[in-house]
Amino acid sequence: MALKETLHQLKEKYKGTKMAPAFNAIHTFLYLPNETTHGGTHIKAADDLKRTMNTVIMALVPCLIFGMFNAGYQHFAALGTPVDFLSWDAFYIGLIKVLPLVVVSYGVGLAIEFLFAVIKGHEVEEGYLVTGMLVPLIVPIDLPLWMLAVAVAFGVVIGKEVFGGTGMNILNPALTIRAFLFFAYPTWMSGDKVWVHGAVERAGTADAISGETLLGAYAQNTELGYSLYDMFMGFIPGSVGETSKLLIIAGGLFLIFTKVGSWRIMLSTVIGALAMGLIFNGVADAGWIGESSKFYGLMSVPFWQHLIIGSILFGAVYMATDPVTASQTNRGKWIYGFLIGFISIMIRVFNPAYPEGVFLAILLMNVFAPTIDHYVVQGNVKRRMKRLKAKVA
Amino acid sequence: MGLLSKKDSKLILDPLADNNPITIQVLGICSALAITAELKASIVMSISVLFVMGVGNVVISLMRNIIPSKIRIIVQLVVVAFLVIIVDLVLKAFAYELSKTLSVFVGLIITNCIIMGRFEAFALGNGIWRSFLDGIGNALGYGVILIIVGFFRELLGSGTLLGFKVLGDPIEKTGLYAIGYENNGFMLLSPMALIVVGILIWVQRSRNKALIED
Repeated sequence: MALKETLHQLKEKYKGTKMAPAFNAIHTFLYLPNETTHGGTHIKAADDLKRTMNTVIMALVPCLIFGMFNAGYQHFAALGTPVDFLSWDAFYIGLIKVLPLVVVSYGVGLAIEFLFAVIKGHEVEEGYLVTGMLVPLIVPIDLPLWMLAVAVAFGVVIGKEVFGGTGMNILNPALTIRAFLFFAYPTWMSGDKVWVHGAVERAGTADAISGETLLGAYAQNTELGYSLYDMFMGFIPGSVGETSKLLIIAGGLFLIFTKVGSWRIMLSTVIGALAMGLIFNGVADAGWIGESSKFYGLMSVPFWQHLIIGSILFGAVYMATDPVTASQTNRGKWIYGFLIGFISIMIRVFNPAYPEGVFLAILLMNVFAPTIDHYVVQGNVKRRMKRLKAKVA
Repeated sequence: MGLLSKKDSKLILDPLADNNPITIQVLGICSALAITAELKASIVMSISVLFVMGVGNVVISLMRNIIPSKIRIIVQLVVVAFLVIIVDLVLKAFAYELSKTLSVFVGLIITNCIIMGRFEAFALGNGIWRSFLDGIGNALGYGVILIIVGFFRELLGSGTLLGFKVLGDPIEKTGLYAIGYENNGFMLLSPMALIVVGILIWVQRSRNKALIED
């Protein structure tokens, strides 16, 4: 307990000074503070913000570890010298490529959080803990670290701190960071090459390796190189942590079981995606769109397959459910989730140049979430007023 | 400023800082977002607006006693339209390439809220000299912001300033590009201009506590 004592003394020493929030944050993060509420009536609950955040991180860790293995596995497969999935060779590539992403994401993000806490004189909030873990999972493996650092700084400042910090933000910070990267450095964020380690460097040389994405293959109506089983298990190229649908579903169930994530949003997002997929299937089957159309490839994908290609499930489980930016009312959550799924698939089909629209759809609905809540609440008020009138009369 | 009385110099200096038309009054935003992707376009736009506002304010001030108040907006529009057409023709004659970049936005100077705002609020009720100073001051306040935004957007978005490759050549990988730097494509899109203007407002307001509203 020596560390705890030292921390406590440091905290006492800096109490009331400008740097106090920084030391308080380190202390609270590592240990239960000495000062807890005494006396009086209090509702005791263990699920404070720190616990909530840690739960989400626990749900993300399997995806991260899987992503590390997959990074190396895809790298060697693309080189033509496949290795076993669960091999040290595969994990090593993932380790040296993914770990720096995590370190930069946390380092830059937390530094900015601490800076703002000190300037504003409030306590450091736990909000960045989850964002910092999500960011490395949703970027391509070969993204230069300085780009990630710039994007994290932008996302935390413009996406969150200008609105007043954790709990006040309109947009999901992790997705703001991804959107910034996508619009600022499109060559590193989209296309066939970026998803496999080493593919960009080797492009155009004799060692060129292909890393064609599933969505690209679907859009161009070419033969798929992967089985449905591979897609479900996650043995496909993609952003670091979003390929394994199995682990995402497991993480989603964990979040639902611990009551941290909203099952309404997850379920309605999936329903929305399926609905849009069914509509497109109908259009393709009815022959309203010819086989030569550039939309035909993705429109004719069996509707349920949309769930295992791309990142719709990852978005539904970890991004759409962000309690700050999602709708707050239960009915609002259904509408919000449904529209996310619906719009995601629509963007995916109609934008073959950049076929993954999940993050854009979630950001769009983040903006609309307060409006949805407003009308749900007003609807409730109106219904009750009517009931009251009927009773009085 | 020995030339100007204290009251007159306030007319020029106020819009440059504490009463800036863009960052404080939030006027003229559309053109500030649309044409600031290049520094050169920002500078030409600033000069055009400087001309239109300086001359326009004087003309309106000259006519202020004979304009019937019922049709004053129409008269103001005619004056601005006249001046804008002159600017447009001059640009087309001497800087054709640039006038194509600015395209419709030169014509849209007419709708720039700052100009009509100063005509209404100042030139209609003040003498020629003071109206001239007010027009110049507000146009300079507008131009300063345009040039600052244009500077950052061109530098970070294209890696150039006024067309010169100050950060090195992105294709031959010289200068900063040799160590892996890349241009930020987001800077060239209009939303980023809004964010840059927002950051300017943020900086200005946090430096001057008098501007902070509750």
